[in-house]
Amino acid sequence: MNQVLIQLAVIIVILLGLTTVSAGLIWLERRLLALWQDRYGPNRVGPFGLLQVAADMIKIFFKEDWIPPFADKPVFVLAPAIIMVTTFLSFAVIPFAPGIGIVDLNIGLLFFLAMSSLGVYSVVLAGWASNSKYALLGGLRGAAQMLSYEVFMGLSLMGVVMLTGSFNLSAIVEAQRGLWFVIPQFPAFVIFLIAGVAETHRLPFDLPEAENELVAGFHAEYSGLKFGMFFVGEYLGITLIAAMITTLFLGGWLGPVLPPFVWFFLKTFVFICLFILLRASLPRLRFDQLMAFGWKVMLPLVLANLLVTGAIVLARS
Amino acid sequence: MNIIQELQNTFGEAAVAPQATKDDIPTFWTTKERLPEILRFLKSGTQSPYPMLYDLSAIDERVRGNRQDQPASDFTLVYHLLSFERNQDVRVKVALAGEHPSIPSITPLWKSADWYECEIWDMFGIRAEGHPHLRRILMPPDWKGHPLRKEHPARRTELGKFRLADDREVKEEDAMRFRPEDWGLSPRQDGTDFMFLNLGPHHTGTHGVLRIILELDGERIENAILDIGFHHRAQEKTAERQTWHTYIPYTDRIDYLAGVLNEFPYVLAVEKLAGIEVPDRAKVIRVMLAELFRIANHLVWYGTFAADLGQLSPVFFTFNDRERFYTIIEAVCGFRMHPGWFRIGGVAADLPRGWEKLVRDFLDYMPARLREYDRIVMQNRIVKARTQGVGALTRDQAIEWGVTGPNLRACGFEWDFRKKRPYSGYDQFEFDIPTATHGDSYDRAAVRVEEMRQSLRIVEQCLKNMPAGNTKADHPLATPPRKDRTMLDIETLIDHFLNVSWGPVVPAGEAAFGIEAAKGNMSYYLISDGSTQSYRARIRTPSFPHLQAVPEMTRGLNISDLIAILGSIDFIMGDVDR
Repeated sequence: MNQVLIQLAVIIVILLGLTTVSAGLIWLERRLLALWQDRYGPNRVGPFGLLQVAADMIKIFFKEDWIPPFADKPVFVLAPAIIMVTTFLSFAVIPFAPGIGIVDLNIGLLFFLAMSSLGVYSVVLAGWASNSKYALLGGLRGAAQMLSYEVFMGLSLMGVVMLTGSFNLSAIVEAQRGLWFVIPQFPAFVIFLIAGVAETHRLPFDLPEAENELVAGFHAEYSGLKFGMFFVGEYLGITLIAAMITTLFLGGWLGPVLPPFVWFFLKTFVFICLFILLRASLPRLRFDQLMAFGWKVMLPLVLANLLVTGAIVLARS
Repeated sequence: MNIIQELQNTFGEAAVAPQATKDDIPTFWTTKERLPEILRFLKSGTQSPYPMLYDLSAIDERVRGNRQDQPASDFTLVYHLLSFERNQDVRVKVALAGEHPSIPSITPLWKSADWYECEIWDMFGIRAEGHPHLRRILMPPDWKGHPLRKEHPARRTELGKFRLADDREVKEEDAMRFRPEDWGLSPRQDGTDFMFLNLGPHHTGTHGVLRIILELDGERIENAILDIGFHHRAQEKTAERQTWHTYIPYTDRIDYLAGVLNEFPYVLAVEKLAGIEVPDRAKVIRVMLAELFRIANHLVWYGTFAADLGQLSPVFFTFNDRERFYTIIEAVCGFRMHPGWFRIGGVAADLPRGWEKLVRDFLDYMPARLREYDRIVMQNRIVKARTQGVGALTRDQAIEWGVTGPNLRACGFEWDFRKKRPYSGYDQFEFDIPTATHGDSYDRAAVRVEEMRQSLRIVEQCLKNMPAGNTKADHPLATPPRKDRTMLDIETLIDHFLNVSWGPVVPAGEAAFGIEAAKGNMSYYLISDGSTQSYRARIRTPSFPHLQAVPEMTRGLNISDLIAILGSIDFIMGDVDR
């Protein structure tokens, strides 16, 4: 009984923690963008504008939750929930520190890939159910982009799996005790990072939203809390990808002096900031360029990486 | 041999009746029947042809008093052509009789005549026979009347109280609905279903109230139909009831990012009509402010262009720079976007004490910034991938569509009024005219970026060589009139009083003046009937023909390319709709 209670407590703490972190990211992103763009950003509500998050949340909660009459209602309501649910579920397998984590699945990595694949449905269904042309175009772009980047996102991680010999994320972290995988698997690291940006559809891969082309793309018709779920879902996605990069390539919680959890947090934070910096500096690719880049550059690269890794692993054994 | 003699030899003296104007542009009258062949001859028959339809407009002549030796006409069509080889314009006028006359459409000859003929139908009720799709272009589709006709009141209050009842609102909205069959399009063709996407009038990528209807096959643009007129403010009608002097602030609102560059052609045209010679100091002040505003305009363009490509930061940087420019403008004239600073015969006042330091600071500050933008925007590989080869115009296409300014120079054609027809002392300055070769979106951007550097050079020369002297011509028609002698005798007091309260009476005549504005060639064609306001003021703006070329530039590309192209041609709706 006690065991269950403790497990429940951990789940709730992680869930709340993640929600707070991703909401806090909204503030962080706005402040960092402002810093890089020679302006102030939100600095009025609370100290350093920190309570801006609370203000935003209050706004989102109390806005009229409007469903357009032409939309396909059940699917329209379901779509934003999918992104939240799949992203939260992905976090279940992430080992934040030794012993701190929800489950220690032996197929953790596959579970993560499966969940992020399901996340595509959120974009596609939102675009389709909105029954609006802009949303449809955004949904189509999103589907094509995320499906094709899914392919080599998965493939890029296989090198890590080969080196570890396990899909278990804790095992992967432990396997990096001597050397972080970012060094032997550098191409895979870069590819996973790029695929991760595409997966969370952030600049330069934010084509499904592309505010100055498609207004807001797949979530153009959403408002209130449902929009908020897409919004927070995006930041959750960023946190997830940053956490995954940390776990898979940067030795997760490993590090000297500081407690493991802090190391994990610091590494993740750096990558979150990198995501925001990308947004501050890069323009957006065109749809066909994005696809060509994916299939013609990234896929051959990731396959080559797999071959080389495989050959080395074979030679060593 | 001058063109009028050449035409008279070819078509007979009866078909070509010359008219004297104040601007020395060869002007002649012809008849509706001979018009197409004469225009064809001018476009391609003569030795050094006139390949560009620079402007096309009409005049309601019915209440005009001073027509001197001009043939009888109720409505006059004015075709303004431009020859690059001759560096000369020609103006062809056609006299039309009756309340609702018609003209033969010249769209087979110039594709760019399309919108102009629609505008003439919309504003004057003159039909262009044979036009592929004559429609209202600036006014709403179910509008009654033709606003530039003299019987149409210039003030809203003369039309009775306006009420928008519910049923009318529904009707108006229904009139705006896009019906593909009106345009000869069908939603299904050869087994392909097309999607019609309504982009705008309030869309983040259209830089103002522009509506584009796209016929899409997937994301591929099969057709783009532009719907303009949402920003129409009757600027030309307004000119007919404001005095010559009080119209100056209205001109600022045409291309509202380019401030004094709008006032420039207007005051130059009025000065030509009135025969005013502007003192040197005023000329140099005008050039300096004009070039500063060109930089300001290009800074806005730079940032929004990058934003159109999805780059979020440059727009903040360039707007910050523009803010520094505004400190100069605020010090000089107290205003920011709408300076209202040029006057007939000069500028409103001398430069403030300490202006040199402000300008010097700006000159020292900008080059480093421009270098930085080169690195983050122009040298960025994604920017290049998004814009190189996208929306290219050849030189001939550009001329056919009436494209001018940086967009024309991007096609590798060095044509700039500041060099070719120096006004206000531009021949005294050292600067280069940047050109590019491919005419695509990237080249259009590159030309503008280099133009900013050249403008800085000109401003620097203004700073170093600012002449001393008056800032306004000592001329009875210059505004506002000089006050220093008014209290000495009754005559000058009366004169001052009349010139202030009614405004100057500009002698009857016609003159046009074109300058190199920020976005292309802008020209004012003013007709004075010997009165305190213009009888007709035709504003030729660069953005109007530029937008007209967009469908041709975007065919076969996709939505992202459309946004990139719109960003690269630097148009503004105030400039399009007037």
